Amino acid sequence: MFALLRKSWSRQAVGLIPQTNANHGAVGRNQLLSTLAILEQREGQLNQGSLNAFTAAKQLRGTIHGFLAGSNVSAAAQEAAKVEGIEKIIKVESSTYEKGLPETYAPLLVENIKKGNYTHVIAGHTAFGKNLLPRVAALLDSQQISDVTVIENDKTFVRPIYAGNAIATVESSDSIKVITIRGTAFTTVTPGAGSAVIVDGVDPKADTSAEWVSEDLAKSDRPDLGTASRVVSGGRGLKSREEFDKVMLPLADALGAAVGASRAAVDSGYADNSLQVGQTGKVVAPELYMAVGISGAIQHLAGMKDSKVIAAINKDADAPIFQVADVGLVGDLFEKVPELTEKLQSS
Amino acid sequence: MSALRILVPVKRVIDYAVKPRVNKAQTAVETAGVKHSMNPFDELSVEESVRIREKKRAPGGVEDICAISAGPAKAQDILRTAMAMGADRAIHVDVKEGDDLEPLTVAKLLKKAAEEEKSNLVILGKQSIDDDSNQTGQMLAGLLGWPQATQASKVEFGEGDSVTVTKEVDGGVETIRAKLPMIITTDLRLNEPRYASLPNIMKAKKKKLDKKTLTDFGLDNEKRLKVLKVTEPAARQGGGKVEDVDGLIGKLKELGAL
Repeated sequence: MFALLRKSWSRQAVGLIPQTNANHGAVGRNQLLSTLAILEQREGQLNQGSLNAFTAAKQLRGTIHGFLAGSNVSAAAQEAAKVEGIEKIIKVESSTYEKGLPETYAPLLVENIKKGNYTHVIAGHTAFGKNLLPRVAALLDSQQISDVTVIENDKTFVRPIYAGNAIATVESSDSIKVITIRGTAFTTVTPGAGSAVIVDGVDPKADTSAEWVSEDLAKSDRPDLGTASRVVSGGRGLKSREEFDKVMLPLADALGAAVGASRAAVDSGYADNSLQVGQTGKVVAPELYMAVGISGAIQHLAGMKDSKVIAAINKDADAPIFQVADVGLVGDLFEKVPELTEKLQSS
Repeated sequence: MSALRILVPVKRVIDYAVKPRVNKAQTAVETAGVKHSMNPFDELSVEESVRIREKKRAPGGVEDICAISAGPAKAQDILRTAMAMGADRAIHVDVKEGDDLEPLTVAKLLKKAAEEEKSNLVILGKQSIDDDSNQTGQMLAGLLGWPQATQASKVEFGEGDSVTVTKEVDGGVETIRAKLPMIITTDLRLNEPRYASLPNIMKAKKKKLDKKTLTDFGLDNEKRLKVLKVTEPAARQGGGKVEDVDGLIGKLKELGAL
């Protein structure tokens, strides 16, 4: 009885949004859908990958607003406003939100979501989105749907579970649907001739209970792993960090590719943590994924099996990677990769 | 500094080495007769809690490490494992087999548990390897209004209840500082969990294991998400092997990848 009471109370608390009451017919529902897409920025630079939230939002066919917060976000807001089909960009300019600390950013989003009566909130399933959105969802009493790969309709979503070994289709009964999307499952958007209005959002100025201390990000001139069109990835077969760099980096440069690594290579110290591709690292889906010295464990496949073309070089002809590779070459990577690099450079 | 009272939520999942199969009715993944174990990220949480005590890393010391799990009767096995690794006691919240809780419900349950147990630190895994949601820790932090440090690879304690956590983020690491009480979720590089020794497994049998139900926490198993179907992913067909590097380049050109 108590549980029942609690339930109805909590439902009421989030029932602030009149149009989501189920008694509306399917007709006209689309006009009432409104999505807030959370964009990421760093030091005033818009994270282009985060614009994919707009691609997902467009599939919901309602109105779309974008959200940006940080120290100096005007230029990034103007850039995002050029994406076609977006009605409004809400920006909150304050150093409080620069580092995206969820203790302050979540209350900020909750205020703006309530004010805008959104039916859907979408962010990327990135370190930022993963950290922030569940906190927002809990404050809205909504059960988030993580790492969505397909939007079937305004309440039905598809997402991989069990490291991509199964695909679940779920239907949400929440009045505000909070979702994170797998960026590589939605086409890339580029700012075009759009002209969204830019407005200042509400700033609840919540007290922060956490402070940002420092960061150490790997610097690289190569394309970003998460969004690169080509990725070359090395595994335990590389034997050492020196060999990894000596063999993989020239290959990456010959292909104009980003560099990735298997968990085994990362755990052995051959490559940085941030390069890890897999269930516990990054999920990539480039045009070409070249796996070098990687056996193809379940956890690695979860991070790359949606790549368009997979190539594998491994000395073990029975390695599981060959079961998913479109083209496989059995041989010693220390001979084959330099030969490949040379032939790519000279062609 | 306050003495630490650590709550460690653990989940029983299909063992990470097992390849899950979707059931015939396409309603879920087949769990009957499949090897289960503690979610690997939760092993890291237990290990970290025990190390904080053993290495005396917290100035105020560790007063209590309580493991908690919601699930069928078999979830008690992993609570015994947690106690064999060094947790002092455990709470089992009985949930019918196959009647899984959603992360929001688990977060609500843990909020009540943290309040009842007077916890000031909750260490969770960053995600469970079955549902792959990566939500519970953050939701719990939101419900309690506590700071959160997700995907931790290093945890250090300072004076005045301050905790400094290095977190894994896209492209590298980030360090944040907050004060107890707080929520930490573990990432793979935080530590290497120990194996429970036989004497410790025996000792764990004598440790206290409280049995509760959702009703004891004033909750019911409310479902916000309805699983319409679960299917196998589209199978990828291997394209066969080539003889040499020229063959590789030729095939990649043919596939339009070069």
